[in-house]
Amino acid sequence: MSNVSLQIDGKAVSAKEGMTLLEAARGAGISIPTVCYHEKLEPFGGCRLCVVEVEAGGRKSLVAACTHPVQQDQTVNTRSKQIDGIRKVLTEQLLAYAPESEVLQALAREYKADKDRFPREPSFCILCGLCVRYCAEVKQKYAVGFVDRGPSREISFVPELAATECWDCKQCFPLCPTSALQAAFVLTRSLRASPSPARPALNKQVETAPVPE
Amino acid sequence: MINSPAELEQRRQEILSGRDAGKPRVSVCAGAGCLATGASEVISAFNAEIEKQGLTGEVRAKGTGCPGFCERGPVVVVDPQQACYLQVTPDDVPEIVAQTIKENKIVERLLYTDPTTKEKAVRESDIPFYKNQERNIIGNNIKIDPKSIDDYLALGGYSALAKALFQMSSEQVVEEVRKSGLRGRGGGGFPTGIKWDAARNAPGDTKYVIVNADEGDPGAFMDRAVLEGNPHSILEGLIIGAYAIGANEGYVYVRQEYPLALENVGIAIRQARENGFLGKNILGSGFDFDVKVHRGAGAFVCGEETALLLSLEGRPGEPRSRPPFPATKGLWGKPTNINNVETWANVPLIINRGADWFNQFGTAKSKGTKIFSLVGKIRNTGLVEVPMGVTLRDIIYKIGDGIPGDRKFKAVQTGGPAGGCIPEEHLDIPVDFDELIKAGAIMGSGGMIVMDQDTCMVDVARYFVNFLTQESCGKCSPCREGIKQMHRILTNITEGRGKDGDIELLEELAMSTGSASLCALGRSAPNPVLSTLRHFRQEYEAHIREKRCPAFSCKELVSYYIDPEKCEACLICFRKCTSEAIQGAKHRIHVIDQAKCNKCGTCFEVCPSRFGAVMRLSAEPVPGPLPDELRIIVRKKKAKNEQRETI
Repeated sequence: MSNVSLQIDGKAVSAKEGMTLLEAARGAGISIPTVCYHEKLEPFGGCRLCVVEVEAGGRKSLVAACTHPVQQDQTVNTRSKQIDGIRKVLTEQLLAYAPESEVLQALAREYKADKDRFPREPSFCILCGLCVRYCAEVKQKYAVGFVDRGPSREISFVPELAATECWDCKQCFPLCPTSALQAAFVLTRSLRASPSPARPALNKQVETAPVPE
Repeated sequence: MINSPAELEQRRQEILSGRDAGKPRVSVCAGAGCLATGASEVISAFNAEIEKQGLTGEVRAKGTGCPGFCERGPVVVVDPQQACYLQVTPDDVPEIVAQTIKENKIVERLLYTDPTTKEKAVRESDIPFYKNQERNIIGNNIKIDPKSIDDYLALGGYSALAKALFQMSSEQVVEEVRKSGLRGRGGGGFPTGIKWDAARNAPGDTKYVIVNADEGDPGAFMDRAVLEGNPHSILEGLIIGAYAIGANEGYVYVRQEYPLALENVGIAIRQARENGFLGKNILGSGFDFDVKVHRGAGAFVCGEETALLLSLEGRPGEPRSRPPFPATKGLWGKPTNINNVETWANVPLIINRGADWFNQFGTAKSKGTKIFSLVGKIRNTGLVEVPMGVTLRDIIYKIGDGIPGDRKFKAVQTGGPAGGCIPEEHLDIPVDFDELIKAGAIMGSGGMIVMDQDTCMVDVARYFVNFLTQESCGKCSPCREGIKQMHRILTNITEGRGKDGDIELLEELAMSTGSASLCALGRSAPNPVLSTLRHFRQEYEAHIREKRCPAFSCKELVSYYIDPEKCEACLICFRKCTSEAIQGAKHRIHVIDQAKCNKCGTCFEVCPSRFGAVMRLSAEPVPGPLPDELRIIVRKKKAKNEQRETI
């Protein structure tokens, strides 16, 4: 892998070919906010909070740092009035779903987002897809997935798979930036007619669920 | 099986020698529009009548591709006179057979009549709708039975393929396409030659070519007409493209909602295989290529190329980030070239007639012709193909013949749901990729919706944003949430709940959605909002500040009222009212019960213009009804000029 040199926020950064802008920036100690990114997972480009401005060949464009590959002599700006404005609106839109989410509250402080700007939504899920992708890519179980599209999109466990795979895994729980998954899962279990005596209390398991690295 | 260019030419000569150009022929448009208005029945009537009048063997009626004049369908062309008959019904058929086919006489009453000069036009080319077009692609449709390869071969079909395979290297093919200046007709406008070159140069032995026939814009049917009407032209373009980039496999991705297109493409592929244009060793050149049809399951976003690829692979159709571009990493991770139907249809023309022929049409940066589907409040609804650079005004007035009735033009919406609305003062801009963007719209794939004075521009924005809300895949948050919020705000405004700050919030959402979304659907989604804000901001302000809809279109902001001074108690509106909201009787001035009125506007439309008693009010209080005793009209029957008075 050959080395690529580029400039991020005025700082000369060296990166390996094939790296994303996000990886290069974080490697150089420059922080870019993300919600849907996880280093064990394929870049998704869903939350778009990592949007940065790229200048190459005289053309400026806004790209998602988590999916955009580094290029030689690229100039990258991770903050600008427009970028901050985008992050503010995006945070506000997500806060409508999960006003208590710590991840989102931290973003709100940084980008001066108003958590009450948009009407509240009756779901906690911000559709970052971390659970869905972790289950598919790392665990390869496909027990949780997206259903429907657009504003009707939601996540759902596949009952047949969840019944056999999820009880002893739950590795997606700590990934959830809004704890929505945990809430949903607890709810699902509580709705089961007869919980199996072989399974210890779910809450205990939640506390001890292994944290993916 | 045709094994060489010489055999291809021989086959063409055989077909032509079996056809006497002087013999009568009947071509009936069998495109989706004319079929809907009865083309099948017309074809059956012709064949029955031909038999009845003893002409079996002499002449036969065939269904052809769509020539574009959908407004006046079913369209029938009788050769050798080239008589173009419009709105033909089975009842007209005996006369056409007896007069035109037997007696060589034109049936005048079925011809196009110029609305101003009252002159009759015999041939297609004499009709203003056609005369002002440049129909390089759809011009052949009326000559082709899409279910028969012979018609396409008779017109020189597949000769461009033979030329590419035997007289040109793959580099030369790419170079010719690049030189032609052809840009993608699906909406992106990316130079086709550069796209091909990237796929050609991408490392890998397995490559794919794909026809994007997932046409989903409301009111658009350009690709549909070409697929249904001349499927071999697309296949020929595709095979040439496959040769150019080095692909041996291809797909045609057609939306399931186009059954006739699916049928005709399927037949065309089978015929192309039988004749040696697909399969192993095409025309004896040593080049192998075959193609499969994939049915799209009805998601608009699958027209986006990365979503289309995932859908083809059997996964959810959601766009992914580019780069990597499909040219390097496409279907199954292999280099892939995707072009729109119309782009592919241009390829055989460019190869046969040359890049210089092609780029004589168009503007400096947008070459060739473009097909538009001209719909909405326009006299001549249909498909039009014009050189890039003609003005919107020419399309709307010269070809489309303007706005029906005595209504005024208000805006034309180009580019599909994520396109923009262009007002009167910009009608003289030349139609090309870049000029439309400057005016706040886009070329898109060629939808063109004309709107008249009765259209509310805020409601138009709401309508298109609603479409996009439903069609956003929901993967990325700026699109999913941004479009949803814009829709909520626009709905509020059109329903009288707009408030100060709404316009600014719309602009902010448009900025984040338009610049941060993952794919072109989200990035162009704010166009309907931004273009209407730019050109019709005062309409937004009227809705928000005065709760007034200047076009009298938004139901929540409009009331219907019968002017008692003008009502003649004719009972027409009373009878037509869809919600029994009109109280009235003979000699009793009619009154609309506002509580019952569903604001459908029927009373306004049906009230005879000589009375003009029904009024639309917006942001004005509705006057209370007259007391019962004042509602009686006494007519002085004997007076010559009937007078009325109320007591």
